[in-house]
This record gives sequence, structure tokens and C-alpha cells, in this order.
Amino acid sequence: MAAVHGGVLGAAYLAGSSPVHRLPPHLKLVAVLGFALVVVATPVHADWAWAAHGGHLALVLLAAAVAGVGPARLARGLAIEVPFVLFAVLLPFVAQGPRVEVAGLALSESGLVAAGGLLAKATLSVLAAVVLAATTEPRALLAGLERLRLPALLVQILMFMMRYTDVVAGELARMRVARESRGFRGRHLGALRVLGPAAGSLFVRSYERGERVHLAMLSRGYAGRLPGGPAPAVPARAWLAALALPLGAAAVLATGLLLG
Amino acid sequence: MSAPPSLLVEDLAFAYPDGHQALYGVDLRVDRGERVALLGPNGAGKTTLVLHLNGILTGGRGAVTVAGLPVQRAHLPEVRRRVGIVFQDPDDQLFMPTVGEDVAFGPRNLGLPEDEVRARVDAALAQVGMTGAAGRPPHHLSFGQRRRVAVATVLSMHPEVLVLDEPSSNLDPAGRRELAEVLAALPVTLLMVTHDLPYALQLCPRSVVLDGGVVVADGPTRELLTDTDLLARHRLELPYGFDPRTVP
Repeated sequence: MAAVHGGVLGAAYLAGSSPVHRLPPHLKLVAVLGFALVVVATPVHADWAWAAHGGHLALVLLAAAVAGVGPARLARGLAIEVPFVLFAVLLPFVAQGPRVEVAGLALSESGLVAAGGLLAKATLSVLAAVVLAATTEPRALLAGLERLRLPALLVQILMFMMRYTDVVAGELARMRVARESRGFRGRHLGALRVLGPAAGSLFVRSYERGERVHLAMLSRGYAGRLPGGPAPAVPARAWLAALALPLGAAAVLATGLLLG
Repeated sequence: MSAPPSLLVEDLAFAYPDGHQALYGVDLRVDRGERVALLGPNGAGKTTLVLHLNGILTGGRGAVTVAGLPVQRAHLPEVRRRVGIVFQDPDDQLFMPTVGEDVAFGPRNLGLPEDEVRARVDAALAQVGMTGAAGRPPHHLSFGQRRRVAVATVLSMHPEVLVLDEPSSNLDPAGRRELAEVLAALPVTLLMVTHDLPYALQLCPRSVVLDGGVVVADGPTRELLTDTDLLARHRLELPYGFDPRTVP
């Protein structure tokens, strides 16, 4: 249960007071989204694509440095990219077109380029997202999404997920302790006959909790939307600071397009 | 003319949609500033009665009036401001990401201006001895602290009557005492649903026993708790060694 303590979802956040930490969350969301769009829009087959990605990498590493997010934290964040890597590794083998010999294997040239481009774009976007997650508390992210006019229902669902992940994880852990205290070992296929109903009962418990939470909300005047706090005005300077990342990336892309 | 009673329940009967009848004509009057314990065995209809007080359940026979205001669909927002219910599991009550936002939830639903909301949050947290906890997520608090914050979430709505469902359940003795100190100091009408008879005696001069969907006894808590026949008839039991006559 120790793993649960302190919050499963809060784990990505690094407390700090860097300029990036202090930026309003919705600006950071816009910045990361804009950066990812520019990175994705960079043409894979252009000769200068790698130079442009190098420029993008420099920008996102600069942002990480300003935010005080270290290389170890960035590397750990990249773990989420692993499925993309697996897919990218397959591309040179399955793609059509002229082949090149690499270490005794005949690989598709266009497949190699596509795989490289995919990896580079995914890595750059994930790095930007890691900086966002490390400098923004989960609930601030929600406030940001709300300010960006994400439908209120979606924000509420995300908020409840955030609040109750730990509660449900706690229930799951207690159920596991109760099972194992009576000699259960979940190491063979037959264990599924026990684990299936356990999952079902966790679902029923969570569903019933949802009903009780809804009652508690109604009792305090809930009428369909969550009342937000005040939304402070955002100075132009903050916009400029946040948009430096996507604008810089766009400048790199524009340079490539003009000179290439 | 004196103030209307905080709670007036008249001939309230209710059956759930599945046909199970939970209340068979309940009458209850709680005057302003009274502290009343609602006792009764499991299945007596206590929770059903509580859910009628703020209009979550309606549609049976009889009427509920809160400080002169009938509980009807048209008045629900005001009724829910006047009747603050603290549910048993604080994890059900505290659903916002931080304590401060949760205490602000009710006042913001009332449409209060933001500086008034902030003042009420600070005052409510101070009343339950949780000043300074506003920025903390609920799952970082101890169970007793969460229970007290849950009380603050309804205090911030300035309720006419505070309704507590099993306030002492799952608390350790220190948490139980701390909550009792908080509750005893609150200047509101209190209705406390509980199985914890010593707690009822400590906090509530008057008790009401509900069983089988009707009120079967209503009187000074000490009198009811020394009536062994009454307790036995309604599955109420004092803890081992507890004698209501020798408690101050």
C-alpha cells in the first residue's frame, strides 16, 4: 500500500518555482500542443529535416533546463514511448521500395526514413509533455483544460478520476491483502476464476461509491456544473514566455522551408 | 413570535420503488439550537429519513419543513443550503482535488462572490480546527481530519441544521474526542444519526428512537439510555461497562 501513499497521479510532478512552474497551466498546454503540431508538420523526407529536429530538440531541452527538469526525469518520461519505438523498428522491414544493406539485412530506404522521422517526432513531443507534467500539478492541468473550454463534463470526469484513483487503488490493495491472507496465490491460470469476480466486485463498489458521491454533491447544491474559482487575467508577458517554445519551433521549421 | 422550528417532519411515509416501505408516518420537531440524536437499529429508516430532510428523496406521504420553508422542488437550492448533511464516508463527501476547493464547492454553488467564498472557507476550516489545510489534497489527511473537513464542507454553507450520519464511526479515540469538541462548539441545530450511544449522551441532550419506520421514543437522552426495556426492544445496546447514570 506504500506505493499508493502520496498519490499515483501526482508522481509525475516535480515541485519547484521555476519560471515554467509559474506559467498559467492553460498557456503551457497551448504551448505543448503548438510545439507538437509544428514538430509533426516538419516534412520527413526533406534533406534538412534532421537539422530542424535538432533545433527542436535544442528548444525543448532549453525549456527543460529552465524548468529544472533533469535528464534522468526526462529519460524516465520517455518510457511511455516504447510502443511507438516497437512500431518504428518494424517499419524498415515491412515498407516497400528500394532497399539498402545495413549490417547484412536488406532494409527499406523509405521505411528507415519514416521510422527515423516517427521516432524523432514522438520523442520531441513526449519530451515537451514530460516538461509540462513535471512542472504542472494534475489539478492545475485540469484548471487549464477548463480554461481552454474543454467540455465541462470531460473535465469533471478527469477530476473524479484524479480524486478517486487512490481511493480505488486502496480498495484494490485491501482486497489483494485479504485474498493473500487466506492463502491465495495468483500465479496460475486458475487464479482467473478468483480475479474475475474480484474485478467485478471492485466495479460494483466503485459504482456504488459514485452514487454516494453524487448524493453528497446534490446535497450541497450541485446542479450540473462544477463552480470554478476566479480566473486571474494573464499578462502578455506570460503568453510570450509560454509561446516561445512553439514559436521558436515554428521559426526553425520556417528557416528549413526557406533555405531548404 | 418565536422562530419556526429548524426541522418539522409531519406524518412522513415513504416506500422505495421496489416496494420496500421504509417510513410509516414519522413526526419529528427539532427546535432552533437543539442537539438531537437519532437512534435506531440497522434498517430502522434513519438514512431514508435523513435523505428526506434535504429533498433527495420525496414523493411519499407527509411533509418536511425546514425553518418554515417546505421541502418542495421549487425550494430545493435553498433547502439544501439550510440542511447540511455530512455523510458517513468522508471519501464520498470530499470529491474535489483539494480541501479548500471542496469547502468552497457549496458556497460557489450558491453563487456567492469570490471574496465571500474565501472568507467562508477560512472560517469553516477554523471552526473544525483545520486552518491551513486548504491547499492539501484530501487523501493526504488522516481519517479523523477528513471527517472534520467533511463537516467544514457543509458549515461553509451556513446551514440552519447540521445532519451527521454516524459521525464517530471508524474514528480512533482521539479523533472521536476532537470531533466531539468541534461539534459541541458549533452554534447550529444538530441532528446526529448514530449507533454510538455514549456519543449521543455526550453531545445531545435529547434523543429520538426510530424503529420500523416510526418514532418509538423521544426524550432526554439519559432517560432513554437508562430504560433497559426500551433499549432491548429496539436492538440498542450500551458498550460493556458503560453506565449512563454515572456519567457526568
